[in-house]
Amino acid sequence: MPHITLPPNVPGIRSLFIFRPETGGPLCDLAQTLLYNPHPTLSAGERETIAAYVSNLNTCKYCTNSHAAIARHQLGEDAGIVKQVLANPETAPISSKLKALLNIAAKVQSGGKNVTENDVAFAREEGATDIEIHDTVLIAAAFCMYNRYVDGLATWQPDDGELYDKMGELRAREGYHNSSSTQLIT
Amino acid sequence: MFRPETAAPLNALVQTLLHNPHPTLSAGERELIATYVSRLNTCKYCCNIHGAIAQHQLGNNAEIVKQVLANPETAPISSKMKALLKIAAKVQSGGKNVATDDIAFARAEGATDIEIHDTVLIAAAFCMYNRYVDGLATWQPDNEELYDKMGEQRAREGYLTPPFKVSH
Repeated sequence: MPHITLPPNVPGIRSLFIFRPETGGPLCDLAQTLLYNPHPTLSAGERETIAAYVSNLNTCKYCTNSHAAIARHQLGEDAGIVKQVLANPETAPISSKLKALLNIAAKVQSGGKNVTENDVAFAREEGATDIEIHDTVLIAAAFCMYNRYVDGLATWQPDDGELYDKMGELRAREGYHNSSSTQLIT
Repeated sequence: MFRPETAAPLNALVQTLLHNPHPTLSAGERELIATYVSRLNTCKYCCNIHGAIAQHQLGNNAEIVKQVLANPETAPISSKMKALLKIAAKVQSGGKNVATDDIAFARAEGATDIEIHDTVLIAAAFCMYNRYVDGLATWQPDNEELYDKMGEQRAREGYLTPPFKVSH
């Protein structure tokens, strides 16, 4: 049961956006900018994979399942990499640059100061740009917020693969500003 | 301003959480939560700047800030604030660490749903801001007077105005 009175039948962070629209606005804008809006070099699928990976490290079921589903829909025929990244980025069939960025994301998850100059130098050697390093750090940091927010208030986090897949399809198509995913449930 | 696209929602979030009017928590109380979580995350810049803003929001009272950072249990704050800071510390260590008992205790001290919600979100948000600032190894000056000036400005103007220029 959630720690506060939230609208029924609305899962995870969406129930919190309805409870407190004043903070829901900027939180939604941040996700849209980081994960969905056009990016000079990182695809939406790559950015969603970073979000799913960090959420899995934080053991946040709702965010991991949602962002893994969105990543799969964004990646199309490469959808299989999401499961492999969650299991072990080192052996997943992804670019060396993405592996280096996921290494930075994991360091951020464990604490900002854990990102070393070597981690950044290694990512640069693999071709990572300043914006890619910046956005990886901020996506990882942002999911240390979203995950704590969703778990810290004990929101409803369904166990229904089909539901996450439907939400993933909707978000991959429409981004984060459309709230109709709640209607999939009610 | 390396990335204005992300700065806009980040500034809007902190403005809403810490500066805009709140039904029951003062700006000073909310800044204390931000300062306390930043200290737990050992983020020097965020702890110093929000400590300075809290001080200015609390009628230039540096003593409360100092005592909250040293030990919230013995600080001269309400029992409700102590219960909220306890929830904030749980969030900092991991969202699932917030127990039903922590919430029941805060409620017994008079905390409302919105106060509990905002405490969790402020603590979670500073787990983001702190990691962002430290993860990119930003410049974090050692200059108390500078933090005091920035704190005075933010307490007065909020988070949406341009920073004053620092020469270094």
